[in-house]
Amino acid sequence: MSAHDHAADHGHAHGGAAHGSLKGYLIGFVLSVILTAIPFWLVMSGAIDNKQATAIVIMAFAVVQIVVHMVFFLHMNTASEGGWSMLALIFTLILVVIVLTGSLWVMYHLNANMMPGLHDMREMP
Amino acid sequence: MASIATTAGTEPVFHLEEEHAHAEGSSTMLGFWLYLMSDCLIFAMLFAAYGVLGGNYAAGPAPKDLFDLDLVAVNTTMLLLSSITYGFAMLTMDKGRVAATQAWLAVTGLFGLAFLSIELYEFAHMIHEGATPQRSAFLSSFFTLVGTHGLHVTFGTVWLVTLMTQVARFGLTEANRRRLMCLSMFWHFLDVVWIGVFTFVYLMGMLR
Repeated sequence: MSAHDHAADHGHAHGGAAHGSLKGYLIGFVLSVILTAIPFWLVMSGAIDNKQATAIVIMAFAVVQIVVHMVFFLHMNTASEGGWSMLALIFTLILVVIVLTGSLWVMYHLNANMMPGLHDMREMP
Repeated sequence: MASIATTAGTEPVFHLEEEHAHAEGSSTMLGFWLYLMSDCLIFAMLFAAYGVLGGNYAAGPAPKDLFDLDLVAVNTTMLLLSSITYGFAMLTMDKGRVAATQAWLAVTGLFGLAFLSIELYEFAHMIHEGATPQRSAFLSSFFTLVGTHGLHVTFGTVWLVTLMTQVARFGLTEANRRRLMCLSMFWHFLDVVWIGVFTFVYLMGMLR
């Protein structure tokens, strides 16, 4: 906390750490381009035969790219705002995971159990 | 009732004595971050809705019939480029160079507008083909999710123009720097949401 308070002294509303550097932005940009290009290429070329495997791979790329954006563009770290922004982020992520997995899981089983024959299971997410 | 002691010539103090006074704007960044987190939850709901309804085509068009991945790739590039140019605007802002900051902000705005134009073209094309939001649950949830993101980018662009006017009139004052940093977080956050959109909606839609 005290380190953060000192950082607030040098002219900006917030510590220098929150601004990033040219190098940081460029690293983030190059990584983002790579992490965007590969999933697009995978889907457009159909390089992986198995659709489910492709889906898992591109989701993994998305997660990595989100982390890259958080670190290099949004300058997230455990020290910013005395750790409160990280705490808020973790809390939000927990809620997001509950909302997403809960909805998909419950509705998948609801469809599977309640409407036999009406729905093709391959259409389910 | 507690009385507020005031002596002539000094301003009354309303905060607890143990608590130190906060400089103006010192909590803006955290507050704005919390707003972004709540926005993140809105998008999580919309993603969940799309995840649940995204397979219900009602015998209408499926993602494969509608999505043009080349267009989405161009769109993604536009947003990614606008993110990096906003980063450059922040770096020049740190150096106090008003003209360069304004130029980078303008470039960012143009990339934002390019993104919106391509998205509107895509939407218009889909609606022209009869793939309207009313057609199926898939299309309702698609237009809600992607449209909400587009609306955020629209408001971000309006905000950007507002701040450019502010900077032109008052220069890179403390308040304007703070506002630009808030918009920076907003803009990068929208790019993060877009990663989810192009992966979950477009790319995985083509895999269905």
